[in-house]
Formats: sequence, structure tokens, C-alpha cells
Amino acid sequence: MSILIDEKTRLLVQGITGSEGSFHTQRCIEYGTKVVAGVTPGKGGSEILGVPVFNTVETAVKETRANASMIFVPPAFAADAILEAADAGILLVVCITEGIPVLDMVMVHNYLKDKSTRLIGPNCPGLISPGKCKAGLMAGDIHLQGNVGVVSRSGTLTYEAVAQLTSFGIGQSTCVGIGGDPLPGSTFVDILKLFQKDKDTKAVILIGEIGGTAEQEAAQFIKEKMTKPVVAFVAGATAPLGKRMGHAGAIISGSSSRAQDKIAALANAGAIIAPSPAEIGLTLKKVLAK
Amino acid sequence: MKIHEYQAKALLSEFGIPVPRGGVATTPAEAKRIAAELEGKVAIKAQVYAGGRGKAGGIKVANTPEEAEKLAAQMLGTRLVTHQTTPEGVPVSKVLIEKAVSIQRELYLSIIVDGASRMPVMMASEAGGMDIEEVARVSPEKILKVYIDQAAGFQSFQRRKLAYGMNLNSTHIRPATSLMTNLYKLFQAKDCSLAEINPLVVTTDGELLALDAKLNFDDNALFRHSDIEQLHDVEQEDPLEAKANELGIKNYIKMDGNIGCMVNGAGLAMAVMDLITQAGGRPANFLDTGTVNDANRVVNAFKIFTTDPNVKAILVNIFGGITRVDVIAQGIVEAHKQMDCRLPLVIRLAGTNVDDGKRIIAESGIKFVEATDFYDAARKAVEAAKGGSK
Repeated sequence: MSILIDEKTRLLVQGITGSEGSFHTQRCIEYGTKVVAGVTPGKGGSEILGVPVFNTVETAVKETRANASMIFVPPAFAADAILEAADAGILLVVCITEGIPVLDMVMVHNYLKDKSTRLIGPNCPGLISPGKCKAGLMAGDIHLQGNVGVVSRSGTLTYEAVAQLTSFGIGQSTCVGIGGDPLPGSTFVDILKLFQKDKDTKAVILIGEIGGTAEQEAAQFIKEKMTKPVVAFVAGATAPLGKRMGHAGAIISGSSSRAQDKIAALANAGAIIAPSPAEIGLTLKKVLAK
Repeated sequence: MKIHEYQAKALLSEFGIPVPRGGVATTPAEAKRIAAELEGKVAIKAQVYAGGRGKAGGIKVANTPEEAEKLAAQMLGTRLVTHQTTPEGVPVSKVLIEKAVSIQRELYLSIIVDGASRMPVMMASEAGGMDIEEVARVSPEKILKVYIDQAAGFQSFQRRKLAYGMNLNSTHIRPATSLMTNLYKLFQAKDCSLAEINPLVVTTDGELLALDAKLNFDDNALFRHSDIEQLHDVEQEDPLEAKANELGIKNYIKMDGNIGCMVNGAGLAMAVMDLITQAGGRPANFLDTGTVNDANRVVNAFKIFTTDPNVKAILVNIFGGITRVDVIAQGIVEAHKQMDCRLPLVIRLAGTNVDDGKRIIAESGIKFVEATDFYDAARKAVEAAKGGSK
């Protein structure tokens, strides 16, 4: 098994005719993903990469029974694209788009509250269940089918971790990039819940970074609910905390946005901390050997 | 994006929030004229993108227009160093001259988007002023919070909860709740990432005034706020950060080391900095290229490295995903065509189109050190930087 996507996923791509959209759609098809439809308003009736293009998500779903969507729509229109997918009954929406205004995402979250749609992203690399389905930007060939779940806020650092695992012959059940935005559709906790339930996931890698409180919430969940081992790395121990958000930012998150505090919270919850980003795979290998 | 206090107050005023009377001056003579118009005691406030001005001497009180002129002359043209700035400080090119008010109470009011609840949250406290973060740490119950539901909107009862919670007099409840309504309107209309009034004062005359205010804006939303975008004051930024921004590299932060880093992805960029530090070196910057689909972005990153006198070696670590490694490679080659770049260069490439990328660089004949993985890259860059600084 795996989580969220597998052989049964019928993927639709919103923004399929753009240069990024078409490039990565092609890569997904090459990997073996069933891309059944594309949506670009105004280009309905045409075809790209052998995939039929529709004007609206609703008609695309009706015609092709698409059950997941990957979004490459520019930031100014991306929130609308997410809503359109949810309205059409798509259960998994993966929003790749980077640079969506935060207040647009506040509105999106409100809309999704009473829908059964799960959103991954925005500003994320998507996800892959190796050997089964890829709905994202990651290079397929660095992955290997197996039993380690990976969840990460960082796209490219995930590729590093996965490449390390694969070099040890350790495969992955599903790798989920939840994205680096302040308001992600799915959080660490959402994905950890799925990995905990998934029979084929034996251990999990969690990759966090400075800012926000998502790692602390993950730590709480790991402490209370996770029985599977979790290896964690938090990037940014040496990074400048960067742009201060006035006093309000400090009040709302306290000191918890620092890497040290996040690492401490995860370690206290029983996660095994990788000492360096170059040793994420090695740390997991040792855990599995125990 | 940040703006100056005087600009924030103009926006507050536009949205019906009372602020002290005042004007902005760029010369001592202007300061004198404004002080004379205001009559009586005035405050002279340095306009910089940094907090902690009061303790750093960036806020002074003048009793006469002549004194205002003298104090403005002392501030204008200098650099102000506060606990939030670098040791070099930030330039003071404008001062805000404001009618001094006599304060009865100092309150706190702000709005931010809360990541955990995914809603805007308005926070209020009757313990406003300089030590509000300390208040939040020691007595969190003194910070009142209401979360603003997007379907229901910002409700009257929520505003009353905050106003009564701050123990305002009955005469101040209505002005306070209407001020809250207006602040939220401004927050939404202008895509703020932060709207903070600290302190919000009750004067001895019984007036409610935004004595100091900070407005930050969501960079991702500036495309629909050209009026806000043009308020940006480039001279308040680090010159290299300003240059990076001008060249379209939004995620560049200057640091104090000597290894120029170009990495795709913020997490990976931070991890590379962590590794450089572990290997005994120091990064010269944080630079997340973001998604690169134009080789020119890479050329621009190299322009920053060659401008920064501290950079002794360049480390390029790219793990392609949405970014294609061949495009990065073209950029590196193009950069070497356009500029005289003799800095030692360590390159580690992986991911989407990596073979094409490696071929393009190899065929170009550029001198570089190839790294196999990113720890190897960090180690080699640290070595190269040591060699370069002999």
C-alpha cells in the first residue's frame, strides 16, 4: 500500500498547457501516472501529450472520472483553481503553484472546511508513491518502492533525503511534500496520521524547517499517537531568523520558530534526530536495523 | 514588505483610524516649520525599518521649533543602530514630526494570519508599550485573541470582547470597536501580513490614538497593490539585498561569511548553510533561487557573488525538480561569459535533466570542482574559501 496516490489515481492537470504544466505532465506520464485530463479555460476540445483538454474541471471529471488534480495555474488564479477542483468533487488536490497571497489561502481553507477534499501544498513539489504514481515535480528515478514514508516542508531537501535512502536500497511507500507556505493545505500531523494507518509504511522521515509551529504540533502527535519510528531533521539551525514579523509574530509563536526548539520538541516526543542533513538516510537505516 | 511609520500612519488615517497630527521632514528647516505649525511640544521620530528606536535615540522630544530643528539636524543623515539592525545601522533620511500627546494608558492591538488556525487573529492587550513580548511570555493571559472566521466575518461581539477585555471606559468602547473594524478592513484591503498598533494610547484628553504603527505586506500579493509597492524604500535595505531584489532574486539574505551559496529551495539552502557551518566554514548569504526557468536568474546570482567583496568561493548546489538542471548549467556558463569570475567554484548537481546539465558545463571548459553529494560540496567549498583568502 501507500497513501493518497497509487495505481488507481486518475490525475487531472489544471494549467496543463503552460510550459511548466506540460513539462511536468509529460514526466508524470513517463513515470506511469494515469493522466486522464487537462484543464485550461478556452482550450477545451484540444489535446496535449495525448491528454484531452477541457474548459472546466467539472466537465473533465464527468468525462474522465478524474479523482485527483495537480495545479500549475499562476499565483493570481491558483486559489480559484483549488476551489474549482474541490467544487467538482476532486478528493485530492495537489497545488504546485508558488506565490499565492496568504489571504487567498485563508479564503481557500474556509471553503474547504466542510468539503472532503484534501489539499497538498501550495508551493510544494507534490507527492509520489514510487512504482505506482507520481503527482509532482520530483525526479522519478531517485525513488525506490518500499516501506518508508517521507513528509517534508522542503522540496529539494526531500530529494536529498530520498536519494540517500535509495542509495542504501531503502525504498519509500509515499513521499509527500507539504510545501513551504505559512498556510499549507495538509500539515505534518495530517500526513503522519495516514502513515500511522498505512500497513506498508514501517517508518517515517519528517523534514522540517525554521518558522511556524508545525514541527511542535507534529511532536505532540508523535508522542501521543505514533507507534512507528520517526526520523526527523529540521533545517535552519544556522540560518538568520530573518524578517521579524513585529511583535505579533513573536507573540503568536513564542520562541518556537527556532530550529533548536523544534528539534528539542521532536526529540522529547521520541523522534530520532538526524545530526546532519547528509545523514538522514543513514539515521533511518540504523533505526531499521534495530 | 515593510514601509515607514509615517506611511503606515497615512494608511491608518485613510481608513479612519486616528493618529497624532504631524508631518514628515527631510531637512531641519522643514522640521522647524512643521513643529511651528503643530505648536507646543513635538516628538521627532527617525523613520527607519527597524524597531527599538526609542532606546537607540531615534525618538526625541522638542519644546520649541528651534529645538525641533536642532534635533532633526542631529538625526538626519546619520545611521541609527538599534538592537534589530546590523552594527552598521540604517540610514535616517526622514524624520516624522508629531504633536506630543500626554498619555493616560498604553494599549496594544495587532492583526496577523495565524498559521495554526489558518485564520486572521486580532490580538489586544491593556499592557501595551515597549515590553509587549515580555508580557506575552510572562502573563500570556494579558494578551486577548479573537480569530476571525471568513464565513461569519469579524463580529461585533468579538470587538466588544477585546474592548471590554482591555478595561476601557464606557466612553471608549465605541471608538475602540470602530477602530478595530477599520484596522481589519485595512488588513484585508491591502493584503497586510502584519498590522500592529503599539502603543494604542488613551490620551489624558480622553482621545484614542495610534501613537506608533507597523504595517507589513504580503510580498506575494504586491502584484495587486502597486500603490503599496511604490512605498518601498530601497535605501533601508542591505545594499546587496536591495541589488538582489532588483535583479529578481527575492530570497537573498546577506550573512557574514565568505562562501557564496546558490541553492534551489529554502530548506535545502538552509541545510547547505548548516553543513557549511558543520564543516567549519561560514556562508556569505542565504540564496534560494526559487524555481529557475530562465538561465538569467543564475547569471544574476553570480552578479551578486562577484559584487560581494567577502565572497571567496562559490557553492552551487542544485537538486532539480521543477527547476531543470540544464537551465542552471546554461546560466553558470553564461555568467562566466558575461563577467570575470575567478572565484573558486564548487558545483553539485542532481535531479531533473542532470545529465544534460553536467554535459553543458563540461563542454564549456569552465574551471570548477565537482562535488558528489551536498556534504562533499560543503566540505570542498570550505576548503576552496580558505585557499582563496590566503
